[in-house]
Amino acid sequence: MMKKVHGELPHWVDTALIPAVNLVVALLVAGLVVLIIGENPLEALGILLKGALGSVRGWSYMLYYATNFTFTGLAVAVAFHAGLFNIGGEGQAYVAGLGAALAGLGLEFLPWPIALLIGIMAAMAFGALWGFIPGYLQARRGSHIVITTIMFNFIAASLMVYLINNWFRPAGRMAVESREITHISLVNLLPPSPLNAAVFLAGLAAWFTWYLLWRTRLGYEIRAVGANPEAAVYAGIKPQRVIMITMAISGALAGLMAVNEVLGVHHRLILEFAGGAGFVGIAVALMGRSHPVGVVLAALLFGLLYQGGAELSFAKPAITRDMIVVIQGLVILFMGALEQAFRPVLAAFFFAPEKA
Amino acid sequence: MMEQIHLIGEVLASTIRLSTPLILCCLAGLWSERSGIVDIGLEGKMLAGAFAAAAGAIFFQSAWMGLALAILVSIAFSYIHGYAAIAQNGNQVVSGVAINMLAAGLALVLGNNWFHEGGRTPPLPDTLRFMPLSLPGEAALREVPVLGFLYQVLSGHSLLTYLTFALVPLSAWAMTHTRFGLRLRAAGENPHAVDTAGISVSGLRYRAVLIAGILCGIAGAFLSTSLAAGFIKDMSAGRGFMALAALIFANWRTWPALWACLLFGFLSALGNVLQGTTIAGVPVPVQFINMLPYVLTVVLLAGFIGKSIPPKASGLPYSKDR
Repeated sequence: MMKKVHGELPHWVDTALIPAVNLVVALLVAGLVVLIIGENPLEALGILLKGALGSVRGWSYMLYYATNFTFTGLAVAVAFHAGLFNIGGEGQAYVAGLGAALAGLGLEFLPWPIALLIGIMAAMAFGALWGFIPGYLQARRGSHIVITTIMFNFIAASLMVYLINNWFRPAGRMAVESREITHISLVNLLPPSPLNAAVFLAGLAAWFTWYLLWRTRLGYEIRAVGANPEAAVYAGIKPQRVIMITMAISGALAGLMAVNEVLGVHHRLILEFAGGAGFVGIAVALMGRSHPVGVVLAALLFGLLYQGGAELSFAKPAITRDMIVVIQGLVILFMGALEQAFRPVLAAFFFAPEKA
Repeated sequence: MMEQIHLIGEVLASTIRLSTPLILCCLAGLWSERSGIVDIGLEGKMLAGAFAAAAGAIFFQSAWMGLALAILVSIAFSYIHGYAAIAQNGNQVVSGVAINMLAAGLALVLGNNWFHEGGRTPPLPDTLRFMPLSLPGEAALREVPVLGFLYQVLSGHSLLTYLTFALVPLSAWAMTHTRFGLRLRAAGENPHAVDTAGISVSGLRYRAVLIAGILCGIAGAFLSTSLAAGFIKDMSAGRGFMALAALIFANWRTWPALWACLLFGFLSALGNVLQGTTIAGVPVPVQFINMLPYVLTVVLLAGFIGKSIPPKASGLPYSKDR
């Protein structure tokens, strides 16, 4: 996926300096937008940082957001390693809510720890299924994963409206949502903030992803297929099988987001609970260079932006929360599509200009 | 009976209206992808165009200025995409995702800043919109059976809709019968051959994204100054992606693209009409009609009905020094 142009620069330039430069440029452009709408970017940055880091409440919200973004970011990152672009994290997380809600509402006869465990696994299974189908279609039928996952986001959106409205909504209730899940829930760590035990699950998921990718045979196969599917065949790897398994894992990771939202925050199945976090995952994975540590750091940064941005929109009504979407877009643009744009400049800085 | 006929007429007229932005975006995608540039940023460009059209119409007190501004803004986004894809050999899907987010975010931030209405623009009066036009003789033909009915369905659309339907044959002709169209398609199939013939692949591709920008801009202007009266949050509502689906459905060809867009437009119109109705006491599951375009596209892509073959070099950056 990530194409290297010339491999002569020191390693740390590729892994640290270029991403840092790209991030700074993205934030500078965002600052420019703030300037255009007549606010002081530095003052805005100050309010943003204070809003997220200046209080326990700010921290707890930041971690809550980061939990979601870690899950969706890892989902995109795992797929990247196999050379697959999974844009469907949003739909996978949304459908996974079904699994969490079904377990929460239907397993009230079981002891709650067992029901909770099943709930988490059911969310992962539903997410995995919603990722596996595009994976299967890519591997066996040759349909492009990008297009299929986009279509599956829309199919999920319609399907969930139907299911929540017709199956989960109690008779007589106006709001399109399920009844409250009382039997199982994740421990709320710092009420009234939505931060809950899912944050530990996010840490675990990041460790699992690292272990999977760099310490297991399957992880090796995933990376081999991503690097060169033709060569992988000669190493005895079946790329088609790897593609399907990777997409299922990716979907399962995205699905964990539903655990945080459905079992940890809302305690019911509601419409659109994914709220764009699936797409934030793309920015997070690109920024984190598809490494679990990078993904966690990027998720924290986006958590900071979301929480700080919310505070900022209170203090400065001109800078609405939509500014975060702009920053997201800029991050994806500069850290993804224009990844190599500043490389020649940096290369010129490192080497004497021998060759044009 | 009269009631049913009236309803059918409504659905057909609505199909034409709802197909308009789909056709424009689909043609945009067609030109772009036929030159080798994958464009999932249709949605974002259309949304940016919609905002620019509404804002422009208010600032300059003219729907036409709104349209011009929509086209300019959409072209600007096109060039960002083009620069990333052509000059920087960047990942075109990533760039498209970025465009969609940038457009959605910027429209709301700027809209809120300029109009203080939570991201939307003030409602546009009819004088600042592209209003329905009655085709000549519509009233006279009204009483004629069949013909009068069909004429009524075709009449009463905005200038932008008629322009859109005129652009389809123009686009088909330009793509297959002009030197530019042939070269552009060659750039999407075999850029090396184009290069060997001494023609600039980059030049062709930049012109392709320019065309895509213009078309998405018109689509956006249609949304906010014709279909609706003003810009509201997320008003493109996935139409850019539906156009992308139609493009695949049409196998990257112009005339089939028109039929695919009309089909998807019809499904949208049908969904709107059936919303909240019951058949034999059972509520119609409108959601399944809404998801049909995407399901059909997935089924088609999987090769279960026919086979879709994208342009060979689409999505691949071209560099001379390979």
